[in-house]
Amino acid sequence: MSLIQTASAPMAPLMTRAAQALKGLTPGKVLTFLVLLGGAWVVIFPYVWMISSSLKPTDEVYDADFTIWPKTFAGVQNYLDVLIEQPYPTFLLNSLIVCAGVLAVQLVTAIPAAYALAKLKFRGATILLGTVIACITIPINVTSIPLYLGLVRAGLLDTYFSMMFPFLVSVFAIFLFRQFFKSYPESIIEAARVDGFSEIEIVLRLIVPAAVPAVAAFSVFSFVAHWNDLYWPLIVVQSQDKMTASLSMMQYRSEFDINYGRTFAAATVVTIPMLIVFFFARRAFVRGITMSGVKG
Amino acid sequence: MSAPASLLMRRQRRLAYWLVAPAVLLILVIYVVPMILVFAASLTDYTLVSDYWEFVGLDNYRRMFGDPQFANALHNTLIYALVFLPGAFFTPLFLAIAIQSRRRFRSFFEVIYFMPVTSTLTAMALVWSALMDSRQGIINNSLQALGLPAINFLGSPDTVLYALAGISLWSVIGFNMVLFLAGLTAIPQNLYYAAAVDGADHPVDRFFRVTWPMLAPTSVFVAVTSSITAFKLFDVVAMLTQGKPAHASEVFLYLTFLEGFEYFNMGYSAALSVFFLGIIFLFALVQTLLADRAGRY
Amino acid sequence: MARLELKDIRKSFGGTDVLRGIDLDVEDGEFMSLVGASGCGKSTLLRIISGLENADSGQILLDGRPVGDDPPSGRNVAMVFQDYALYPHMSVAQNMAMPLVMARLPIYARLPGGRLFTPHLRGSRADIALQVEKVAGQLRIDHLLSRRPAQLSGGQRQRVALGRALVRNPSLFLMDEPLSNLDAKLRVEVRKEIVELHRKSDLTFVYVTHDQTEAMTMSDRVALLRHGRLLQVAMPGSLYFDPATIDVARFIGSPEINLFPARRKDGTLSFAGVRLSLSGGPMGDSDLMVAIRPEALVVKGAAGVASSPLEGPQFSIGVTREAIEDLGAEIVIHGRIARMPDIALRIRAQKSLHHAGPVAVPAQFDVRASLSSLLFFGADGQRINGVTAGVAQKALAR
Repeated sequence: MSLIQTASAPMAPLMTRAAQALKGLTPGKVLTFLVLLGGAWVVIFPYVWMISSSLKPTDEVYDADFTIWPKTFAGVQNYLDVLIEQPYPTFLLNSLIVCAGVLAVQLVTAIPAAYALAKLKFRGATILLGTVIACITIPINVTSIPLYLGLVRAGLLDTYFSMMFPFLVSVFAIFLFRQFFKSYPESIIEAARVDGFSEIEIVLRLIVPAAVPAVAAFSVFSFVAHWNDLYWPLIVVQSQDKMTASLSMMQYRSEFDINYGRTFAAATVVTIPMLIVFFFARRAFVRGITMSGVKG
Repeated sequence: MSAPASLLMRRQRRLAYWLVAPAVLLILVIYVVPMILVFAASLTDYTLVSDYWEFVGLDNYRRMFGDPQFANALHNTLIYALVFLPGAFFTPLFLAIAIQSRRRFRSFFEVIYFMPVTSTLTAMALVWSALMDSRQGIINNSLQALGLPAINFLGSPDTVLYALAGISLWSVIGFNMVLFLAGLTAIPQNLYYAAAVDGADHPVDRFFRVTWPMLAPTSVFVAVTSSITAFKLFDVVAMLTQGKPAHASEVFLYLTFLEGFEYFNMGYSAALSVFFLGIIFLFALVQTLLADRAGRY
Repeated sequence: MARLELKDIRKSFGGTDVLRGIDLDVEDGEFMSLVGASGCGKSTLLRIISGLENADSGQILLDGRPVGDDPPSGRNVAMVFQDYALYPHMSVAQNMAMPLVMARLPIYARLPGGRLFTPHLRGSRADIALQVEKVAGQLRIDHLLSRRPAQLSGGQRQRVALGRALVRNPSLFLMDEPLSNLDAKLRVEVRKEIVELHRKSDLTFVYVTHDQTEAMTMSDRVALLRHGRLLQVAMPGSLYFDPATIDVARFIGSPEINLFPARRKDGTLSFAGVRLSLSGGPMGDSDLMVAIRPEALVVKGAAGVASSPLEGPQFSIGVTREAIEDLGAEIVIHGRIARMPDIALRIRAQKSLHHAGPVAVPAQFDVRASLSSLLFFGADGQRINGVTAGVAQKALAR
């Protein structure tokens, strides 16, 4: 008797759950699901087409009957062209250098400033915070002319420094971290002071470790934004040596490169790093977005 | 008795100055000084080409409001925004609600729809232009297979703004969807239960009685940021059309860029930048006012 | 006004059985409390009654009508949530009007701007406003009608939640721990008000709480749940003095009831060094549990402790003192049985009215109790009825 009971016990909820799942299927739900599925196909189709085309010889890319897998496989040739004959490794490296440099300086300047704004009392704090918030609304497009002229005067055009310069301080990061630190319990900081921590130790040993989630979210956010940026590199980059991955796509804007397979292999090479970032750090990225939304 | 307290205060203050110093310096150099210089430059006829320049007062602004290119760019931006904004608002709202209520496949759809947000738009714009190609593009092939006329999406002045809006929508929908999802998740489930007990169990009632009002702060945020995004349209234009055909896709920011960095009319371009800043502050103001009203409970 | 019957209600989430067959009748106009520790299934049961959750099997009858498949709105139940679940974007008046708007206005009139093109419904809207004002007046919140929930105190929000539930004239009034977010003083006050409300309204109340004091002081009957089963349904007094199982005896009453493992052999019961004769009940030798409430033990020889007189045959136990909690009017003494130090003992005693100084309990003392205050439970935890304890011959001889 007990044997039968134990055997049938897990079956019963399984059956009812299946029945419930079927019962819950209304025409509306099915329709919504199909719409979602169709939309998803529209969203990923460009990726499918891009990767598929990057594996094809030129004459097959615009073939009237599209096939996902190429009839003539030219993938090896296309990617070798992009990675060896063309300076794509340099472009990718340039992007990496700029993004990493920007992020490092942004973090080093923003975390201490944000802590001071959140937890320390000093004259000018209100003005500074007001300035930070006002600057969040100012996009690079507004200040690009003086910044450009300054870099021209200094003879720094077409250098890594010029590519990073406007982004070396992130007012957004200062604000984001300040909100984050603000919610850090004052009592813990006071306990640390009683325990004999110096203010610097409090920052390094309590605040920075606690800020890891916010820092991670912002880092992904910043990295993606500057990898994909076109506007500023377009202004300050002049030579192939300093060209970023995103900017390199401008080479194909006119229809002069007739090697289509190679074109889309290049597009794939430029896109892949951010897709990898996306798959590994999607949650951090989403957290960054929603944090920015929460500030209201 | 107050001596140790004020000592602590002084020590804190000194530390604070050290901590904010680098950021303050950079904010001055990157934001404050350039802002002042933009205003100053907009009052001059400075061009990078010649070193001679003089103070021209508000001439640049007068020229701006009489400039047919400026009027054309504003007009194009407005048309683009009118196509882009409803799509950038309602599509993600629909997606978020449809996805949030489902247990299985939820993260699958989240991942897919969000993918374009991180993808390098310059590269993906290239792909879109191939898909939209007037003769051999797969979209036109499909249209013709259905017996419909082919559309020269990016090459015709009548359709180019719609085509650009479509590409931008593709890249931004996931972003707004994530914001809406966060907003939806923040609505206490108990409100829906209370509504069900109160008789509001029809989906339409649930939406208008609970979801929509509770989502108001998120909606304001999405609407305003999307408006600014629409006004900042640049990458896809620079990549695919460069304002062509016949200036039909010359939007505001692209015109500003052309004047400044192609024609080197720095003074005039600075005036356009100041105008741009005015628009953005206007949006920020609208957001603060609306957010105040929406968040007032 | 309704009679609620639950028949063999079962529910599981994933692989966990949350409700394992609940049978419960709630009479028309009765105040029934569902009590149990968190996770016992009481809130799930309430949600099943309200229709927010569907039972896997079993029947729910309202006035004899099966309602198991009806949506919440079709059952005419009202519910007060633990966090009140007030709509933050609506005024108090709009919050309270919500159930009536849903019930009386057609869907096109409820859409945004619906007011503009439905002038013919002005009468219905006025009726609703009137009804809301009437209930708000009863609850003394009529001066708050235009405020938003965020502008109210906890107690006021509580009243709005009650008002929203009352305004529709429900047949069944459900409350899910409605007092747990209030401070202690307010809780006592609102407790009285809810009892008053029930008395005036003749509605059937089902009240979920983990707080036995609430359940005992407010209800007509209490249903005690544990691990998805009903342990006992009874009036508060009999739940305390006449528990059906050890679990009930242990859950109800604070400090917890004293329990002693006991052995019955040849008609003699021995526990904690006490030997009693036992008659009645199932015969034969067996292991039992003997229980006695802390206030039924009377301390001898302690200064400042009032000793109530005991009636009938008695027994006594030697105790080692451990700790004393002074609660003001009474004290709780924690100790161990002198000869069996594994067994802890709790004694609750009134303080003497005439004693001014601190209470002094010697390190070793005796407690006495009437045999009639003993409760007996079988090894399975079920109460053994019809047992009479008497003083054993040997013990008398000693």
